[in-house]
Amino acid sequence: MSTSVIDRPVSKARVRGLRSTETIPTSRLIGVELQKMFNTRSGFWLLTGGALLSVVATIITVFADPDLSYGSFAAAIGAPLSIVLPMAGILAVTSEWSQRTGLTTFTLVPHRGQVIGAKLAATLLVGVTSIAIAFSVGALGNVAGSALMGQDTVWDISVGNALTIFFADGLGMLMGFMLGVLIRNSPGAIVGYFVYALVLPAAFGALAAFQDWFERIQGWVDFQFASGQLYDGGLTATEWAHLAVSGLVWLVIPLAVGLRLVVRSEVK
Amino acid sequence: MITVENLTRTYGGFRAVDDVSFTARAGRVTGFLGPNGAGKSTTMRIMVGLTPPTSGTALIDGRPFAELPNPGLDVGVLLDASAQHAGRTGREILAVAARTMGLPKMRVEEMLRRVSLTDAEADRRVRNYSLGMRQRLGIAAALLGDPAVLILDEPANGLDPAGIRWMRDLLRDYADEGGTVLLSSHLLHEIEVVADDLVVIGNGRIVAQGTKEELLAAAGTLVRTRDVAGLTRALSAAGIASSITGDGAVRTDADAEQVGLLAMDARVPLTELRAADGAGLEEMFLELTAESQREGNTEGVAA
Ligand SMILES: Nc1ncnc2c1ncn2[C@@H]1O[C@H](COP(=O)(O)OP(=O)(O)OP(=O)(O)O)[C@@H](O)[C@H]1O
Ligand SMILES: [Mg+2]
Repeated sequence: MSTSVIDRPVSKARVRGLRSTETIPTSRLIGVELQKMFNTRSGFWLLTGGALLSVVATIITVFADPDLSYGSFAAAIGAPLSIVLPMAGILAVTSEWSQRTGLTTFTLVPHRGQVIGAKLAATLLVGVTSIAIAFSVGALGNVAGSALMGQDTVWDISVGNALTIFFADGLGMLMGFMLGVLIRNSPGAIVGYFVYALVLPAAFGALAAFQDWFERIQGWVDFQFASGQLYDGGLTATEWAHLAVSGLVWLVIPLAVGLRLVVRSEVK
Repeated sequence: MITVENLTRTYGGFRAVDDVSFTARAGRVTGFLGPNGAGKSTTMRIMVGLTPPTSGTALIDGRPFAELPNPGLDVGVLLDASAQHAGRTGREILAVAARTMGLPKMRVEEMLRRVSLTDAEADRRVRNYSLGMRQRLGIAAALLGDPAVLILDEPANGLDPAGIRWMRDLLRDYADEGGTVLLSSHLLHEIEVVADDLVVIGNGRIVAQGTKEELLAAAGTLVRTRDVAGLTRALSAAGIASSITGDGAVRTDADAEQVGLLAMDARVPLTELRAADGAGLEEMFLELTAESQREGNTEGVAA
């Protein structure tokens, strides 16, 4: 049973129509996403915590490492950063689902691909900035530390190697981002990241140690192994190919699957 | 204006929204009424593109929601006031939304005042908000872009009586200024006061829709007597169907005069005889949605 609505004039003469004409530019969305990464307590402490840790790591290196060099600073600072950045990448995505802010975000911008793209850009901007700051803090530590300890200042990281380290940290961050998109749940994605970054490499490492056949192909299938080469720099053509192939399997394909799920899924 | 046409959404074999069609017109408040689990929220989520429909369309002034260039300026949406990042302050939440829409910061302060959230409350994290404060924040977010269309899922939820009154006045003004307001509720009384049009949904299907007056008129006559059996006998002898309401009154579709004459002829003394209006609509609501009433089910889940 349904009674049809009788058409009759609206009480007041006014009828308001739609007024939005300009689409939301992606640059604005990137700004919004950057703001969202910092304006929650977890996001704020994650990123400031990362910065503080890098300073602490520098100070410890000065006093604990007998042979100071830029490499020792880079390694000390890189370690906390390589955990913090993927976490930031994960939370940028998963909080929309775990905190259910997606209800607002995806109604204000009903193009999920565009939102995820803006998140990726914001994540990479935070990543690049943090790594650049870490390199600078490390350089300062190297100069100040060696002066303090009366040693020669040693610059043992080439520009090329610095770039590959940059790239490796960026890949780590993308890995977190990918898991965020694929899993869409903060605790789940964080656990997933540790499986990816710690458990899998250990398993692959053990397998390679006992099985010759696996050792020969490890570079092609073990993404962490392949990207680990970036920290030492000077990759051969084969090692780059390892990185490309394993990256396709462990990073690009899951990201594509995750994106597809994000676009088609229900937000509630 | 919101136009919903043949909207269906299934989950597995279950039809949460089943061939729903209705129009919410500009300048009017449309109440979307149905018991728990009727499909109200699902329909609203489909309207704003959060849930893909299995089939059918939902259009805002003739356009799919996703095609609106900056939807926040056209459609104010409140689906679930608790769906906010617990670690952000109320002001930050509005600031992020305003920035997304490209609105000046000043708009945030205006909206905070409009929903009566104080400065101190606005700077509190949403984790520490009361239910009513969350609701006010959600309403502020929906009004932020001064949209022509409002889609609100149970907006009165958690508001105190003064808040409910304020909310009603706000929606009335919005419609009077030419806006389209669609609000859902499972409480008839809440919606009856403010709505011009009603869409009643049960088990995913529309069971009644029309102007409030039409539905009230269709609700018939309410009669009270000590001799209920005598009255129903007289009515059925005249070929008039009737039903007994929860509190012992008799409700019928016949008009009051006819019922009065029949009662006089049958010498049944009446204690009350009137148009069923509000009470009748409630009866209708309970009747129309009888199959989906949880009280009728063995599970008896309390909402
Ligand atoms: N993802 C899902 N999978 C299975 N069933 C679902 C899903 N989402 C919703 N439903 C079902 O669809 C039906 C309609 O739900 P909906 O939330 O739209 O009801 P509602 O009218 O808003 O109820 P309430 O008044 O309680 O808010 C419910 O039976 C619900 O369980
Ligand atoms: Mg609901």
